[in-house]
Amino acid sequence: MSLDLAADAVIQSRTGVLEGLRRSPTALVGVILLAIFLGAAALAPLIAPYDPIAQDMANRLAAPSWSHWLGTDGFGRDLLSRLIFGTRPTLGLIVLVTLASLPFGLLIGVVAGAFGGWIERILMRLTDIGMAFPRLALALAFVAVFGPGMVNGAVALAITGWPAYARLARTEASVIRHADFIAAAEMGGIRGWRLLFGHILPLVLPSALVRMALDMAGIILATAGLGFIGLGVQPPTPDWGGMVADGTKVIFDQWWIAAAPGCAILLASLSFNLIADGLRDILDPRHD
Amino acid sequence: MAPPRRIGFRRGGRYLASLISWSLTLAVTLAGLVIFTFALGETSPADPALHLVGDHATEDAYQAARRSLGLDKPVTERFGDYVVRLAHGDLGTSWSSALPVAQELSQVFPATLEISTVALVIGASLGLTLAVAAAYKPGGAVDAVVRIVSLLGYSVPIFWLGLLMLLLFYARLNWTPGPGQLSDMIQYVIERPTGLALVDTWISGEPGAFADAVGHMILPAFVLAFHILAGISRLVRAALITELSKEYVLAAQARGAGRLRVLLLHALPNVSGIAVTVIALGYTTLLEGAIFTETVFAWPGIGRYMSTAVFAADMPAILGGTVVIGAAFVIVNALADLLVRRLDPRVRT
Repeated sequence: MSLDLAADAVIQSRTGVLEGLRRSPTALVGVILLAIFLGAAALAPLIAPYDPIAQDMANRLAAPSWSHWLGTDGFGRDLLSRLIFGTRPTLGLIVLVTLASLPFGLLIGVVAGAFGGWIERILMRLTDIGMAFPRLALALAFVAVFGPGMVNGAVALAITGWPAYARLARTEASVIRHADFIAAAEMGGIRGWRLLFGHILPLVLPSALVRMALDMAGIILATAGLGFIGLGVQPPTPDWGGMVADGTKVIFDQWWIAAAPGCAILLASLSFNLIADGLRDILDPRHD
Repeated sequence: MAPPRRIGFRRGGRYLASLISWSLTLAVTLAGLVIFTFALGETSPADPALHLVGDHATEDAYQAARRSLGLDKPVTERFGDYVVRLAHGDLGTSWSSALPVAQELSQVFPATLEISTVALVIGASLGLTLAVAAAYKPGGAVDAVVRIVSLLGYSVPIFWLGLLMLLLFYARLNWTPGPGQLSDMIQYVIERPTGLALVDTWISGEPGAFADAVGHMILPAFVLAFHILAGISRLVRAALITELSKEYVLAAQARGAGRLRVLLLHALPNVSGIAVTVIALGYTTLLEGAIFTETVFAWPGIGRYMSTAVFAADMPAILGGTVVIGAAFVIVNALADLLVRRLDPRVRT
């Protein structure tokens, strides 16, 4: 992204997020989907028809009906309620991973791009190495060794999450570094951290936002995968990946038990991918 | 536009320099991987000595076990030992089977290699076809369909897709055989010299056995292929469209070359660097995706080995599997990088 485009993007993001959404139907669909998931997470105790961990063994593996819209699982727990409460660990993990990886990655990238020279070479070589690591395999090993749970899962995914942000921030910052307005700011006596965070970082943010949305979609799939092989949030707390694993045992008879949480994973991941797709169109007109 | 020719030895020198920097990066990345797995093993709450002697062992027996595992040595020395053992292909002993992890991994690795390679061929050819189809008329109906397919490919949890495919094509329609690599072979006795189902059944000379192997492979291969098709079609499409806006394309069109001819003969070769990178990335994605797909399809590869090890809390097997998957991942990435430098003269210097 050239400087003009970056500057445009910043102006747009201030004046016309709604305008952008109107122009990009994909982003709009994504935002609506995400709003539904956020609403479900916030209001889970109010809108869930049943207690997500209350067992009802007399009514196990029930087919979808008016009293249980999505049926019940192997312990007679209401699937819809478990899906609604399952939004919480999913979204919580996304927030944790992003908080742990995004600021660190941006810091590394902006410092590397703005200073150049040997600092840039060392930091970027480290970033390349970080990018070359197998994200899922390392996360799996980490959680398998230290035990499943939300914090361990977040740390495992954050370890390999920052390099993508660093690389992107470096590219943008090194373009911006040579811009006239930076020279002007420096002549005005602005340098050091204030130059980095007041003048360079804001221009890096738009493309970091696209990257973040893409990354969040990936985090959802990785979390669900870990949950599927038994390394997610531990039972009886509802976890979408774990719910698919539970449904696997009865997939040939009660297929909806695995199908419903899988749909939720797909839609949650899709919502972020749609937002990323739309943001890219809005921020970077070259793509279409 | 041909770049000005450089003097031979200077270009050779630069190439050598880039080769050295490539090997250094590869070495440091592999070292990082080894440090990571070593640190995991060191900080793991599971005590290998306790595992060896059991909960009710005497203090003396416990201390003897610690000494035999080298746990009484300082960390730096243990790291040295670990590196030496890795260099000798020693990944420790599995806690659940008491067999060497390296031996078990070498038995399951061919199955993963086979399914990943078949999936890569399917995924790359479909992905490239979709990319060309979408770039033929950007914004058109085909482009929109390709966009939706790739968005779904990015978003779908692969283990769930595998489950649904099994449900539909195996349980309901009965078109494909069930999970596993081969049916329980009552009618055929197949030797397994290579561990690759397609190769072993082919050289066995039993057409029925080969057909059985192909049948078992179709579903997991297509599920994995769909997993990587999204990235390939999306990124190659974007690269093709950028390429089509360049002047040489206009020149070719002015000389009467059709859209498809320009796409296939002019633009596609120029994006081969990107295509190779994306396809190599796809291969690494497959290595990781194998963990889930193999679990769902009971495919006897390294992915199922890992998930079984996770269930059994078998630390040496988990760490050994991570080293092997990680090293394969890193090496494929590095080789793709090298290949791109050879293919694309613009990055060569």
